[in-house]
Amino acid sequence: MFQYEFMNNAFAAAGIAAVVSGVVGYFLVMRGQTFAGHALSHIGFAGATGAGLIGLAPLWGLLGFTLAAGVAMGVLSERISNRDVAIGVVLSLALGFGLLFLHYYTSFATQATAILFGNVLAVDHGMIATLAVLGAVTLLALGSIMRPLIFASLQPELAEAKGVPLRFVSTAFLAIVALAVSECAQIVGVLLVFTLMVGPPAAAQRLTTGLWSGLGLAAALALAEAWLGLTLAYHTDWPVSFCIAVLSALGYFAALSASARRSRAGRANEAT
Amino acid sequence: MNVVELDRATIGIAGHSVLSNVSFAIGPGEFIGVLGPNGAGKTTLMRAILGLLPPSAGQVRVFGSSPQRGDRAIGYLPQVRTVLPDLRVRGLDFIGSSLHGERWGLPSLSRYDKIMIEATLDSVGARDLAKRPLSDMSGGERQRLLLAQALIGQPKLLLLDEPLISLDARHQEVAIGVVREVCRERGITVLFSAHELNQLLGTLDRVLYLGNGQAVLGTVDEVVTAPVLSRLFGTDISVVRADGHIFVMSRGRDVERVEHSHEHGHDHGHDHGGHEHHH
Repeated sequence: MFQYEFMNNAFAAAGIAAVVSGVVGYFLVMRGQTFAGHALSHIGFAGATGAGLIGLAPLWGLLGFTLAAGVAMGVLSERISNRDVAIGVVLSLALGFGLLFLHYYTSFATQATAILFGNVLAVDHGMIATLAVLGAVTLLALGSIMRPLIFASLQPELAEAKGVPLRFVSTAFLAIVALAVSECAQIVGVLLVFTLMVGPPAAAQRLTTGLWSGLGLAAALALAEAWLGLTLAYHTDWPVSFCIAVLSALGYFAALSASARRSRAGRANEAT
Repeated sequence: MNVVELDRATIGIAGHSVLSNVSFAIGPGEFIGVLGPNGAGKTTLMRAILGLLPPSAGQVRVFGSSPQRGDRAIGYLPQVRTVLPDLRVRGLDFIGSSLHGERWGLPSLSRYDKIMIEATLDSVGARDLAKRPLSDMSGGERQRLLLAQALIGQPKLLLLDEPLISLDARHQEVAIGVVREVCRERGITVLFSAHELNQLLGTLDRVLYLGNGQAVLGTVDEVVTAPVLSRLFGTDISVVRADGHIFVMSRGRDVERVEHSHEHGHDHGHDHGGHEHHH
């Protein structure tokens, strides 16, 4: 399948987005903010369709909206970002606006599916370069706040006492999530960002409890699921995003049952 | 030099003063039991000592100067509110996150850090927790982990905010014993807030009773008396001593027990002001 340039491009783009999603998603899962990530992607949908309306590439609209929403959620943090209902209302509103923008830009409608469910097979060199730059920025930003981010995620009260600026860290993190969501949405679409951002990190955290091993495994699982998904799609002609979604779910449930078996065995050992 | 000193200090949250015009001084190596009804300001006091809440009037001095946020001489065990139930992070990385956690960049644990964490876990009898994820630990084990963490870095002052909450009676005894042993040995000053006085009776040097915006520091015999507590609770209190135990009663009901059972129904009750209780 590598004789086709579009497949090579797809592998490159999916690889970049998967690694970024896996690493950023690890912290999303650790912080229990997966729903916020989901909401950001929906808000991105309005951005992507809105960008089409004014003649911009969907990626920039997606990026602009998710970034703005991420920062807003961070600033309002306590009041909004951890409240499921508020997030739910805002994300439906965003989807509604996305629909409105589509309505006024009818020729764009064919692209709606691409935004919602991804279109990795149509990626060109320019897009790969953009994804690579965005990905590097995302990982660099994450790397620079990683230490206080972990501290603030695990023990906010103590982190505050030790001088970690909680509000800034959580806002910066949501901005990083916004970047990762925009990347991820280029591959699997805004509706399926969970498949790369939540499935692999959640599975990784079931399988290992170390920090670096968890991060590495999350990235590796995301990469494996993205590439296997592409391969599966190539041979079956099923949509790529569907294949990745299936692999992500399989990976998660396999990890869940493996860790349940292990802790049962652990308890049995303790009892004897 | 006093370790903690409040001089006519008024401390409040959002314009509402929780402690007003409070003065007391705690010396080195003292084990102080911090008691008082919900909302009396136990957490607020600790946050003021940590430098998170500047007093609106008067002075708070820690080791002779105004409190500095991030002071390494203070070990802190916050009231557990936010441990996510499904946290799949092992004990070593959990404690590791707090070492220099305020610095930017990537996290790293040196060999020295690891040895220090393991040694501290050892000193509270919890070495095996380094490898286990938090989600698999019982309440008692988590509390031990947090206690070990508070002891890292050789603090001279330990602030323990309700460390007994969510522990059963046996684990409460064990936790108190561990704190007493480690702190006596190292000469650490301890502020230990709790709901019940009796378990701490054999351990504490003096008791700091908070209530009604005031604070009274003294020995148990000086502080836990009907007149003092009636003033702090703002209602008629009688103190009954029986069989080496002290019961603080209001209209025939045990105040501490009522507080305690109440606490469990309420998601570990936030110890902030503006919260009135009628017993």
